[in-house]
Amino acid sequence: MESITPDKSINIKGLVCPYTFVKAKLAIESMEVGQVLEILLDYEEASRSIPKSMEDHGQTVLKTEKINDTDWILIIRKDKD
Amino acid sequence: MDFSEDQLLRYSRHIILPEVGGKGQAKIANAKVFMIGAGGLGSPVGYYLAAAGVGTIAIVDNDTVEMSNLQRQIAHSVTTIGMPKVESAKRTFQALNPDVNIVDLKQRLSKDDILDLIRDYDIVIDGSDNFPTRYLVNDACVMAKKPLVSGAILRFEGQVTTIVPGEGPCYRCLFEEPPPPGLVPSCQEAGVLGVLPGVIGGLQATEVLKLILGKGELLKGELLIYNALKTTFRKVKIPKNPSCPVCGDNPTITELIDYNQGYCTMP
Repeated sequence: MESITPDKSINIKGLVCPYTFVKAKLAIESMEVGQVLEILLDYEEASRSIPKSMEDHGQTVLKTEKINDTDWILIIRKDKD
Repeated sequence: MDFSEDQLLRYSRHIILPEVGGKGQAKIANAKVFMIGAGGLGSPVGYYLAAAGVGTIAIVDNDTVEMSNLQRQIAHSVTTIGMPKVESAKRTFQALNPDVNIVDLKQRLSKDDILDLIRDYDIVIDGSDNFPTRYLVNDACVMAKKPLVSGAILRFEGQVTTIVPGEGPCYRCLFEEPPPPGLVPSCQEAGVLGVLPGVIGGLQATEVLKLILGKGELLKGELLIYNALKTTFRKVKIPKNPSCPVCGDNPTITELIDYNQGYCTMP
């Protein structure tokens, strides 16, 4: 799989729901359709809920990856303004 | 709009709604609403709009807080009896949300000042308790092309409608003239269930937020009637009246009118 270069990256480690999604949503809102957001987080529940909520809001989840014992990386493409 | 950490927490349940988001919350923060009455309806409307983060809320009311208000007017308390209602309400709303700018106007509206007062506001909310004010506000909003969210309560029944001048009917399309003094009892004479303004005011606040956000369907061209005893909501269609004296094709009312004669104006 070719690597994806995000247009924007946010680090929301230390945050819990719903602020994980609040931060992710505000980041997506500030971007253009077609751009890609990378999210670094360490709250396990959010590694499942953010992708689900993003899909519900019309965005596309390109990748969900556990990168070490504590952290996840999500890659989201903005498809809907 | 850049939210502070406190604002992110305060408005998080709004921001995660697809229909609101950060952009919608910014619209709410930039909105300016003008509320008539700080009584039964004004209390919950102002309370929820302050909680929602509406940027500026002007409140006009000429009365002072009395013990008999406290059964339904939840912005006030025993500690503010004797205080102007606008000041009492301002304290309550600002304690809930210091982000909100409350403009308190202790006065009675008249045909000479209403247009100047509402000029800088986006939306007008009628929570008044008398027909002279209700008609004055309707006519002023039609003339100034301001959206008006109108509510009324008596005994166990309440009504809500949203008037969007140029798009839908106005209050005079429904009732051309105020009823003669004494025909319709005031809630002082007839009583009102204390929770009723909470229901109707909640509906009015919802209409205001939908207007600000540009989302959903407004109560435009419709009168929603709530009966608390039967627990029923009924929607009545209001057609736009082409011969309406204020918003019709050839309006006969082109200047504002103060109907003062013989109306009970007690809260």
